[in-house]
Amino acid sequence: MTQSGRTFFLRPRDMIGIVILAFLLIVVLPLTLDNFRLQFVGKYLTYAFVALGLVLCWGYAGILSLGQGVFFGLGGYCMAMFLKLEASSVANTKIQTTPGIPDFMDWNQITALPWFWEPFRSFPFTVLAVVLVPAIFAFIVGFALFKRRVGGVYFAIITQALAAIMTILIVGQQGYTGGINGITDLRTLNGWDIRTDSAKTVLYFVCVGLLIACILIAYFVKSSKLGRILVAMRDKEDRVRFSGYDVSNFKVFVFCLAASLSAIGGAMFTLQVGFMSPSFVGIVPSIEMVIYTAVGGRLSILGAIYGTLLVNWAKTSFSETFPELWLLGLGGLFIAVVLAFPNGIAGLWQTYVAPRLGPLFSDAVKRRDATPPATPPASGPVAPAAAE
Amino acid sequence: MNVITDQMNKDFVLAVEGLTVSFDGFKAVNDLSFYVDENEIRVIIGPNGAGKTTVLDLICGRTKATNGSIRFKSQELTKMKEHEIVRAGVGRKFQNPSIYEDLTVFENLEISYPKGRSVFGALAFRRDAPVKERVQEIAETIFLADQLDQRAEYLSHGQKQWLEIGMLLIQDPELLMLDEPVAGMSVSERKKTAELLNTIIKDRSVIVIEHDMKFVEDIAHKVTVLHQGKILSEGSMAKVQADPKVVEVYLGH
Repeated sequence: MTQSGRTFFLRPRDMIGIVILAFLLIVVLPLTLDNFRLQFVGKYLTYAFVALGLVLCWGYAGILSLGQGVFFGLGGYCMAMFLKLEASSVANTKIQTTPGIPDFMDWNQITALPWFWEPFRSFPFTVLAVVLVPAIFAFIVGFALFKRRVGGVYFAIITQALAAIMTILIVGQQGYTGGINGITDLRTLNGWDIRTDSAKTVLYFVCVGLLIACILIAYFVKSSKLGRILVAMRDKEDRVRFSGYDVSNFKVFVFCLAASLSAIGGAMFTLQVGFMSPSFVGIVPSIEMVIYTAVGGRLSILGAIYGTLLVNWAKTSFSETFPELWLLGLGGLFIAVVLAFPNGIAGLWQTYVAPRLGPLFSDAVKRRDATPPATPPASGPVAPAAAE
Repeated sequence: MNVITDQMNKDFVLAVEGLTVSFDGFKAVNDLSFYVDENEIRVIIGPNGAGKTTVLDLICGRTKATNGSIRFKSQELTKMKEHEIVRAGVGRKFQNPSIYEDLTVFENLEISYPKGRSVFGALAFRRDAPVKERVQEIAETIFLADQLDQRAEYLSHGQKQWLEIGMLLIQDPELLMLDEPVAGMSVSERKKTAELLNTIIKDRSVIVIEHDMKFVEDIAHKVTVLHQGKILSEGSMAKVQADPKVVEVYLGH
């Protein structure tokens, strides 16, 4: 498998997996679900971008970020700023004291559009900003922390604090951000009304298309030497460092990549749901996104997508019937995953289902039959193996 | 630094001078000086806590020196970052086999192959023929040619030690540092390891920390005995063994 040096970055098994997922999302779900339910799936899929980033960042590289909501939010807010400006034309806002600026600014006695809103009149700029603003922010955070060798639980706590800080900032600066209500009443994208059912269906397919593109990027990274270095770093960071790699650069890279992926999800969320608010930025959504990844399987790119869909589907169904119990259920699910099946649904699949499907789907079969090591294991220390 | 020492240092691969490191006032290594020649195998021995591993940590940049200098081919290592020291040509094997358990033997060696070490270099890295040939060559040297597709976690303890040595060899370092390479090995594995070390020392200098005196006798050109962060004795194995100070603090036990 390894020596053959695959020339293409997808194994047959990965290709089959992606095709099945694409078929499910493009054909099966649109045919079986009504518009209302399909829009839910579209919303869930925006979280799948975050889960995808977490697989690379947390699963492969071992960097647990509890602040991915920040990047989801940054992407979402970038898109929302563009849409809000388009919705706040002078004609639409002529009853305001200052026409032509977003309504919430007017309510907060702001009389001119702040400078950092100005570039978001341009759609190409907005698209770039969706991907780059979170990446730059992640770069600054990652550079500051990883160069100082902050890792593990400390990194997780700091990212969690960032999520809290970001929420407070957005809520506190309501004249510039829309505050706790977020940026609402978004109407058109370059003149195209995004509130209609047909627009939502189109956006659903755009979202699926982008997700599959991002999945391919994730597979490419995973199958490159960089992907193997990430796994190596997770296992023996010092060995990687003393093999001539600047470990922090690799961590910064994967953290930025995860941020950009999350942000694409955030932007698609804004487009499909029609608003963005701080409730998708803070600690709770950030942790929920980690749970989706854990349930799906943090080592599996496709597993994380299914995990996101399943947990959200369960969330919607349960909270329709037992709204109070849902959070307890989610907590219980997380504990169950960590204790009983740490590799999530994908782990169960790889252990129990895939081996029955033959060698195309599993290398577990091969592993079990693998020849035992040629030399017998050490018969015990002969030398005075004292540790210094 | 005067001219005479600078001149002298050119002949040495590694020149350690006045090296001191203190942890909260405790001097783990105290004003240590020694020189390693080209193609020399230097063995460092000494009782537990003598500072042997700390010396390797200092050379490879894992621990920062409080005082003193470490020059490797006239480059000052104390001011360099770990990965820069590796790229300059210093390889280090850790005491416990430090390999990537989740990857195959091939992948372990491939990551150590000195190409594509930047982020984008690693993304663009291709497993081309030279890489495969080099991995194959190293795998044969370390007796693991038939295990290339095996996940490293399934290797025996001795095989893991060899794999890590192989991961260093593929970098072709000019100075190789090994921390207890035969600890925990069976008799046959130890013999093979000695054989391995004798084949890999060509064209490079090696510093080995070892407790197994039989093994030390087999491989050492020169032995340095450390005690409480200082050199107790230095010279040929016979000279060191005859030194009454060494017998008292180390060999006598």
